[in-house]
Amino acid sequence: MMRLSKKWLGGDNETRDVIVVLAAALLLWEIGVRLFHPTPLILPAPSAIFAAFLETPGIFLRNLGFTLGMTCIGFALAVVLGVALAVGIVYSRLLERTIYTLLVALNSIPKVALAPLFVIWMGTGPEPKIAIALMLAIFPIVIDMVLGLRSVDPDMLHLARVSKASPWAVLTKIRFPCALPSLFAGMKVAISFALVGAIVGEFVAGSRGIGFQILVAQGQFDTVRVFVSLLLLGLVGTILFFLVDYAERLLLPWHVSQRARHERSTGRV
Amino acid sequence: MSPQASVQVSMDVAPYVAMNGVGKTYASSRGPVAALAGIDLEIRPREFVSVVGPSGCGKSTLLKLVAGLENVSSGQVVVGGRPLDGPPDRLGVVFQRDVLLDWRTILDNVLLSIEFTRKPRADERDRAVALLTRFGLGGFEHRFPWELSGGMRQRASICRALLADPELLLMDEPFGALDAMTRDDLNVELAQIWQDTRKTLLFITHSIVEAVFLSDRVVMMSKAPGMIVDTIAIDLPRPRRLAVRDSAEFAAYVQRIRHHFAELGIVKE
Repeated sequence: MMRLSKKWLGGDNETRDVIVVLAAALLLWEIGVRLFHPTPLILPAPSAIFAAFLETPGIFLRNLGFTLGMTCIGFALAVVLGVALAVGIVYSRLLERTIYTLLVALNSIPKVALAPLFVIWMGTGPEPKIAIALMLAIFPIVIDMVLGLRSVDPDMLHLARVSKASPWAVLTKIRFPCALPSLFAGMKVAISFALVGAIVGEFVAGSRGIGFQILVAQGQFDTVRVFVSLLLLGLVGTILFFLVDYAERLLLPWHVSQRARHERSTGRV
Repeated sequence: MSPQASVQVSMDVAPYVAMNGVGKTYASSRGPVAALAGIDLEIRPREFVSVVGPSGCGKSTLLKLVAGLENVSSGQVVVGGRPLDGPPDRLGVVFQRDVLLDWRTILDNVLLSIEFTRKPRADERDRAVALLTRFGLGGFEHRFPWELSGGMRQRASICRALLADPELLLMDEPFGALDAMTRDDLNVELAQIWQDTRKTLLFITHSIVEAVFLSDRVVMMSKAPGMIVDTIAIDLPRPRRLAVRDSAEFAAYVQRIRHHFAELGIVKE
């Protein structure tokens, strides 16, 4: 217990830093509201927001669960599809010329504007939410993954050729692991985009989810419930981001960006 | 073996590597650029041949041609009796940069040359460990490349090239990025391992001292387009120790090569 608290208070601990910073921001907000008394219609105090959440936690959590589901499914599909597309683009000149060009062109359209189209195509169920989350999340993944797959030392590829490596061996043993740091960079952007996509989907049409919850609260000028939804979204978004970050540390202890941490944690200099 | 057992390679055995009238021309924005022209070079089996020349004389290109990594523009390269069409069999290559994969341990990096085509057998793992131990890396098998010094990394990359027991070993300025002391160490170790294994070895360097110390023959190249200007047989006793560098004969060889380069206006005397 002593050791735990020592570890918690002393030295370098990012989780602790994040929690301290967020708690400090909430505290300042609370103090600000108590000092300046803005009308709750504009800015409610964190304590009031927390109280509103406790009134109907079930409703909020059910809606949050729905949004989270849409986000995660959209994100997972974006990773699988994005990685497959990137491999295709790197290995095939034809796919590079066609798909990659199309993707870049499509990326320049504000994708939020396409959301109503998805409702026409897929209705008001979960499908358009997943599709919009997927569409937003896939771009950073494809673009970063293509970059990663291409950033292999040419001498490493020479070595593979000399050793008569098959294209499959080159992909799995060199290119793919080499691209993982880039993939994770893309995934960190993509996870936030997927959440945005799910919310946009719920804004456009639907009867569930945090996005829908915000629209309902807005219709009733219930600022407090809007804020509950926003804070829950912030919380979930942050947790999702750090989950990807954590997965990266777990999977890539060898990468330059992780080494300092690795060395610190193993006591190696 | 007595220290005086000078290794004389008989000149009437069929060459293992033969370059006949080889030229290499690259396309550039300012038209074709000749990197190599009229290269005639034969390397006997078990011979240690160094190629010395100024930067940009095409010595790395020469190595890539022998490795089958690039195609000749004119002439022919024959390795092991067969005209080249891609990398020849039983070839090991060491580059200036060690190109070890950061996510693999030193042992797994050494095994990579086999793993490209099949799963390494247990005896091959043992061989890899033995090789690493031979190169002073015993106990470092399970460390990662980024935990090792430049000299240790390059030793590992030499082990990787030797693991599959190649007939021909090509080394492209392997010690060019190392500090002077580490470089001396590796020179002695390479001379020793060559003595023990007697690979046919083509060694590219810009250090005259290194070339004289290691080789049976030193091939001198001039700049743009790279041509062979002279070939000097080095008749110094083996095994060679660093002390040989203090001998008058050694100094005479270095002097002769440097003088020749000076006459060509490549180095200042």
